[in-house]
Amino acid sequence: MSYRIEVTVNGLRHALDVEPRLPLVYFLRETLGLTGTHIGCDTTSCGACTVLLDGKPVKSCTVFAVQADGCAVETVEGLASNGELHPLQKGFWEKHGLQCGYCTPGMLMTTKALLARNPSPSDDEIRTAISGNICRCTGYLNIVKAVQEAAAEIAGANAPVE
Amino acid sequence: MATEAPSQPVLGQALKRKEDPRFIQGQGRYLDDIRLPAMVYMAIVRSPYAHARIRSIEKKAALEIPGVLAVITGEDLAGLGLHWMPTLAGDKQMVLATEKVLFQYQEVAAVVAESREAAYDGAAAVEVEYDALPVLVDAKKALDPEAPLLREDREKKSNHIWHWESGDAKATADAMAKAEVVVKQDVYFPRCHASPLETCGCIAEMNKATGRLTLYVTSQAPHVYRTVLALVAKLPEHMIRVVSPDIGGGFGAKVGVYPGYVVAVVASIVTGRPVKWVETRTEHLASTAFARDYHMSVELGATKEGRVQALRVHTLADHGAFDSQANPTKWPAGLFNICTGSYDFANAFVDVDAVYTNKPPGGVSYRCSFRVTEASYLVERAMDVLAAELKADPAELRRKNFIPADSFPYTTPLGWTYDSGNYQANLDKALEKIGYAELRREQAERRKRGELMGIGISTFTEIVGAGPSAQFDILGLKMFDSAEIRVHPTGKALARFGVRHQGQGHETTFAQIVASELGLTAADVLVEEGDTDTAPYGLGTYGSRSTPVAGGAAALCARRIREKAKKIAAHLLECGEHDVEWAEGKFRVSGAPERSVTMQDCAFAAYTNLPPGLEPGLEATYYYDPPNFTFPFGTYIAVVDIDPGTGEVKVRRFLAVDDCGTIINPMIVDGQIHGGLTEGFAIAFMQEIPYDAEGNCLASNFTEYLVPTAVETPRWETDRTTTPSPHHPIGAKGVGESPNVGSPAAFVNAVVDALSHFGVRHVDMPLTRDKIWRILRQHGVDGA
Amino acid sequence: MISAAFEYAVPKTLAEAIALLRRDPGGKILAGGQSLIPMMRFRLAAPSLLIDITRIPELHVMREEDGALRIGAAVSHAEIENAALIAQRYPLLASTAAVVADPVVRNRGTLCGSLVHADPAGDWGAALIAARAEVVIAGPAGERRMPLEEFLIDTFTTALGEDEVLAAVRVPTPGPRSGGSYLKIERKVGDFATAAVGVQLTLDAQGRVERAGIGLCAAGPVSLRAAAAEQRLIGKPLDDAAIASAGQEAAAAADPAADTRGPVDFKKDMFRVLTVRALRAARAAIAG
Repeated sequence: MSYRIEVTVNGLRHALDVEPRLPLVYFLRETLGLTGTHIGCDTTSCGACTVLLDGKPVKSCTVFAVQADGCAVETVEGLASNGELHPLQKGFWEKHGLQCGYCTPGMLMTTKALLARNPSPSDDEIRTAISGNICRCTGYLNIVKAVQEAAAEIAGANAPVE
Repeated sequence: MATEAPSQPVLGQALKRKEDPRFIQGQGRYLDDIRLPAMVYMAIVRSPYAHARIRSIEKKAALEIPGVLAVITGEDLAGLGLHWMPTLAGDKQMVLATEKVLFQYQEVAAVVAESREAAYDGAAAVEVEYDALPVLVDAKKALDPEAPLLREDREKKSNHIWHWESGDAKATADAMAKAEVVVKQDVYFPRCHASPLETCGCIAEMNKATGRLTLYVTSQAPHVYRTVLALVAKLPEHMIRVVSPDIGGGFGAKVGVYPGYVVAVVASIVTGRPVKWVETRTEHLASTAFARDYHMSVELGATKEGRVQALRVHTLADHGAFDSQANPTKWPAGLFNICTGSYDFANAFVDVDAVYTNKPPGGVSYRCSFRVTEASYLVERAMDVLAAELKADPAELRRKNFIPADSFPYTTPLGWTYDSGNYQANLDKALEKIGYAELRREQAERRKRGELMGIGISTFTEIVGAGPSAQFDILGLKMFDSAEIRVHPTGKALARFGVRHQGQGHETTFAQIVASELGLTAADVLVEEGDTDTAPYGLGTYGSRSTPVAGGAAALCARRIREKAKKIAAHLLECGEHDVEWAEGKFRVSGAPERSVTMQDCAFAAYTNLPPGLEPGLEATYYYDPPNFTFPFGTYIAVVDIDPGTGEVKVRRFLAVDDCGTIINPMIVDGQIHGGLTEGFAIAFMQEIPYDAEGNCLASNFTEYLVPTAVETPRWETDRTTTPSPHHPIGAKGVGESPNVGSPAAFVNAVVDALSHFGVRHVDMPLTRDKIWRILRQHGVDGA
Repeated sequence: MISAAFEYAVPKTLAEAIALLRRDPGGKILAGGQSLIPMMRFRLAAPSLLIDITRIPELHVMREEDGALRIGAAVSHAEIENAALIAQRYPLLASTAAVVADPVVRNRGTLCGSLVHADPAGDWGAALIAARAEVVIAGPAGERRMPLEEFLIDTFTTALGEDEVLAAVRVPTPGPRSGGSYLKIERKVGDFATAAVGVQLTLDAQGRVERAGIGLCAAGPVSLRAAAAEQRLIGKPLDDAAIASAGQEAAAAADPAADTRGPVDFKKDMFRVLTVRALRAARAAIAG
């Protein structure tokens, strides 16, 4: 039994038939070929699959694609614009906020939403915001620095022109 | 076309990583990202029982599900002689169980289907009937006469696998008997699991038209896999290609060849399609290589001033149902006899007995450096137990027993020759930076007020870089590693290695090594690993061996290129080769330094303007057999406060002062340390895979097997000393596992220190709140 | 890893949702799905139909009316956590919302979904019992209300009929001299509670306890009201002795199961410690 959904992903509208039991993460990875969003567990614990759904970070393994009907999804592939890396991407690169890279897309999407609602988060606020995203490699210290670096860059870019 | 050599030395620079751009854009290519035309999916049926005979397996219902192409059982594999396979430890293990199962979640059958959904539906429909057998989960009972016999397939009808010894038993016994003070402590290192964020998986593609088998697989050792597959599946090795794509973390969990890989290869042969198998997190935790599970007993005999005369260790090793750990042959307990650590002990003796239990196989994993984590934890706990007995300061007791800085190379009573070290200077730096004296004063004051604060020290020396061919091999394969470098006409280089990174930054660090040897920039060097068709033969990345071995190969290979380039330089500079010197990244005429050519000039000439008689091209290969291991070391200090109401331990500070010899990229080194410390923290406080009496796995997913988030994880502080390895081509030692080797003891020592005034000498990990709570209440401590 | 197949419906009204439930006894209501979907993934639940209620506008409403805060079935934990109204006027709810699951899961999971799931280790049950919340149930015959304590019958079992939907929860608006706090011990963010306690207090003009609600999470087969502990406080000044005594009663009332989070004696003592700390926090908030 299939169900027709219309989803906007990284600004592009898709209208497709899907089986209701297809998780959003597989819809993104396999139906749309956007493999940047990863799968790391089976208990909604790790956050590797985090994407933005109508601007909010969600674990896409625990959302069926049909539930995203009529919604806007943003994935890591949509972060850069016009060939220019997002400040968060630059921050992670600058501050060594990744090692194996597997948790990175989820971290980027969660922190993108964080900076949208809290442009100047403290160390504690960043750690709390990413507490639904597991990393096995970095020990989180450099991820926090990466987010602070990005926040500073965004703030600098937004500073009123003298 | 003279170009500038890099203006700053490349080695030691905190260069941004070259591999990052694809990862931060979601363009990494991990196993599950790969899709091949006509690819099908495989799901594995697993046993719910820990020990049972298989009465029957019924495929019919599964085969009727639309999309299911095949159901493979052990019986099907038996026809190909593949229902069992050799392990890396000289044992054999079942690929798919035929007569009985030996651990919960053991592989029993596999379903291959057109879609992932149909594969899972099919797996749910396979009917297996079992007759349960008595279960053995307690390693301490494995050798009891009434214990169930697990391995009926072996000649030796016992759950005992092997016995191993190191050191002089008699001299140690004599010294222990004469010692003025003897302390003894049982120390258990619980079973835990490396659990990288990406689980294991593969795509097996048997191409009947070309006769080639391509295995894309999450492997830290692709060449070893290729050779093992050739031997096990009896396929010609040149027709097998193993490709390790980007790997989402390994930590030792991706070294062994898992049954799922072999079944996928067979499934591809049977169906004629590429077969993808990706395990779930539950399958990963419950069936792939576990870590640790060592029941250890340690004795230290010392003078009353605290000078240790004897160390004696006995260990019972729980190996699960098969001995499949990735240890070098002849070293079934890995490098466990590094357990004299940073100390100059006159006598030492270690023995280990390994037993089978109804649990998944493994043992060497989770950044363990081949059982070095167990050894280091043991000796660092033992030193604190001795310090408590003597009422000595734990830092001073260690200092008193350190191998002196002028004693290197130093050979331990257990046979290791340490290359270099300066433990005193390293300890001093750590004590100063943490403000040790002030912390002890603070602790004394808090204690008077009934507050619980602890300081824990771990001064570890570990051993990495397996390994010298005289002593080491895996399945007979010597543990050299390799580099192959080719310099293109325009002065850019392609460098391939026999190791396989899973986040350690080789694409950057190895480029830095090569670039520094050849006067190039790191951007000029493209590093590739993981494809056995193109990469030179190597033993893979684990045990922190990449920098010591492949890094050595990288430097020596680059020097071979430089040797040839020197001949070309002489030709370009129109002088004798003996008049050419290499300095500041260029070839120049001795005595006339303004006359110089760069490596880029020589590269171009290698294809366009050669001296007569010299072969064109500019490339080299080097297979490096290291003369010795390397011995990284460090001092870790943890400061903790315990909540008397709840037993919660808060890590107030953690300082790591590591010495990994020459540093290639300090940013990457720090990153490795942060990650390893976080794993050590998790092990110390919250990680264990327990089994109940029926052999049910009690931590098979992330709701029970706990990985800390950014909220629990302490804010690590790092610093360094640098004591190069005299035998390594660039003096580097490797660092990836040191933080996991050294940190658990620092945490446990700190907690025990906080409780020491109650007479507490030891608490086994994980240090859960309830364990601490019980100790507090037993001593009348409360704090609502 | 992949759930069994099911059909999917998106009703636009509560009446439609109820009609769908009546038609298909294998149907289940889907709001955030953060408890249901993981169970479906392991095939521990296999509903034939999922009825997605998140597109029903009235279920998204969170507003004060008739002396209570009404929180609709589609309101997420995150919306509660981020609402200024909650931060200012419902501190017990604010402190609870901040520790449910993890911040990403909170964007999808709903308070009402959590109550219907009725896991005794779910935070909202204990907190809302302390708050004396009532549930609003919609069925074919219309709406009915009942105290949350009666709604939660047993582990994973509520008083919800097969053709009924939990439409909202109503939390009495605390009066002046009120304070509340939720304290949770968890091994890491995202773990179920080892033990957790929610308290809601109101003092009279003389500083004596007029109303006390104490709810225990992970204290037995169902979220528990620590009635005897509450009684220790009523009519008395909120001093350390009364608080200590309430803590003892809470520990006595708790009936936790031993598991990997700890043995029974440890957990019971944690209820004592957390009750004392939560009461002190509420006291400080009222004074401050």
